[in-house]
Amino acid sequence: MEHRNVYFDNNATTPLHPEVKKALVEGLEIFGNPSSMHAFGREARERVENARQQVASFIGADSEEVLFVGSGSEANNTVLSLLNCDSTTCACSLSGRHDLVTTVIEHPCVLNTARSLGRKKHGVHYLHVDRHGRIDLEDLRRSVTDKVGLVSIMMANNEIGTIQDIKEAARITHAAGALFHTDAVQAVGKIPVDVRDLDVDFLTMSAHKIYGPKGIGALYVKKGAPYCPLILGGHQENGRRAGTENSLGIIGMGKAIEMRALEMDAEEKRLLELKNALKEGIAKAIPDTLFMGHPEYCLPGTLSVSFAGAEGEAILLYLDLAGIAVSTGSACASGSLDPSHVIMATGVPVENAHGSVRISLGRENTMEDVQYMLEHLPQIIDRIRTMSTAYRRR
Amino acid sequence: MAKWTYSDKVKDHFMNPRNILREDNEAEYHGIGLTGNIKCGDEMMVYIKVDPEKLTITDCKWRTYGCASAIASTSILSEMVIGMTLDQAYGITAKDILKELDGLPDNKVHCSVLGDKALRAAIDDYYGKNGMEDRIKTKGAKIVCECMQVTDEDIEHAVLDGARSFHELQEMTKIGTGCGECQENAQAVMSGYIQKHFGL
Repeated sequence: MEHRNVYFDNNATTPLHPEVKKALVEGLEIFGNPSSMHAFGREARERVENARQQVASFIGADSEEVLFVGSGSEANNTVLSLLNCDSTTCACSLSGRHDLVTTVIEHPCVLNTARSLGRKKHGVHYLHVDRHGRIDLEDLRRSVTDKVGLVSIMMANNEIGTIQDIKEAARITHAAGALFHTDAVQAVGKIPVDVRDLDVDFLTMSAHKIYGPKGIGALYVKKGAPYCPLILGGHQENGRRAGTENSLGIIGMGKAIEMRALEMDAEEKRLLELKNALKEGIAKAIPDTLFMGHPEYCLPGTLSVSFAGAEGEAILLYLDLAGIAVSTGSACASGSLDPSHVIMATGVPVENAHGSVRISLGRENTMEDVQYMLEHLPQIIDRIRTMSTAYRRR
Repeated sequence: MAKWTYSDKVKDHFMNPRNILREDNEAEYHGIGLTGNIKCGDEMMVYIKVDPEKLTITDCKWRTYGCASAIASTSILSEMVIGMTLDQAYGITAKDILKELDGLPDNKVHCSVLGDKALRAAIDDYYGKNGMEDRIKTKGAKIVCECMQVTDEDIEHAVLDGARSFHELQEMTKIGTGCGECQENAQAVMSGYIQKHFGL
């Protein structure tokens, strides 16, 4: 097969949807400050509010429950930082419940914020996960003590794709009197998400994982939920996030969500078929492989796999030379010398974390891409194993 | 196209690794050295054939489990040592390998540190098998960091070379950058040498 460029790293980020690109180019003309009262400002305000409506309706929320932020990381920081508010006179104070419950497989923006809280004498409890990356809801029930103000659990994991039972987790949390936040950056736009049905208090979204622009995310804050801004300043976003609105990014996010509303169901079904073909092909062509992530509760386009005796960075770079882009949980590619905390948390041997590869499919991928991958990957793994100290053909 | 992750030299050795031990003929080699371990993400095995008269390396083969820079550094090392005397080969440092590779990114330097250690282990193995134990220089050195194969002697040398903080020690030896379990012990060993040599 001829050389192709195949982008299989859609959980890292995605290419812009052509309709989003169009909306962004048109949006470049809208320069007014949405806070201005004149015609230029009103035009920008209208675009921003349209986008807010699109985002809100996609997740079953009201417009005034959605605020735009700079990233998923900012949204997560904002919510976790609510625990820092210890003023008894503050309307958003969490009435002295300052502890946090989260999981060991969260994104670093949650984990590092949680660690920072821990250093400030907040109690932080980390829920562990099983072999497939799911938390134990009984463990959650035991962990939400009367000191816990907030529970934060990601909806779908970025590395292995595992989806948690957020509805039940929120129910357990509320029964114990705490607030519930979910980082749904990898979920919104890939699987159905309805905030009323899930009954969460806070939910984090990002545009660039679903064919929108980078530098724009959104936070759902349930009506009446306690709230304190992370960024102080002007009155933008109803005083909940200071800084002139990123109107261009917001326009792009609105369009990306609008397109997801139209395309998600059919598209994700197609991605699941592609993923299954890929998974079967890999299992058939390559011995000694281990698939990570939940076999059923998993993002349609995410496949996490590990190859005995082959190190992840080497796999990534040989694939790169063949034109295929994936990511790895190997320490060698992380810059930190630590293998993926998510894969380690599932309890598989550390070799599997070093040898793990994440293939994340997106709307531009085709069956030809899958075939191209299946043509190259077995050779590459064989080649690496031939020179490996850690693999002998059986 | 943006620049590739590594130098052209690394790319070449990654794409066309030289001197891989392909056959199961380990027994034909006179010295075998293993360093690192899979848990830490890198493991290297070096096999040498030695001319017993001239004590020169006539052949060098290897196997590596690891990233692109680990593969490339063992590959280039195998080319460097053929024809060298055992003494010359023993003196090869990570710096020499780095230079041959036209450099590695800072966070990858530890991958090349393993190659020279595997080679010294192979030479020591040869010495041990041929009644030349007196030439084994690492004899008696105790491994403090299993992942990066750092010995107490390495720590002593680093201290003598100016390392005073654990961070500096890590910069110089990559100690404790794998699983991290040795860090406490390594700090104690380091303090001991600082005390011994500088009375601090």
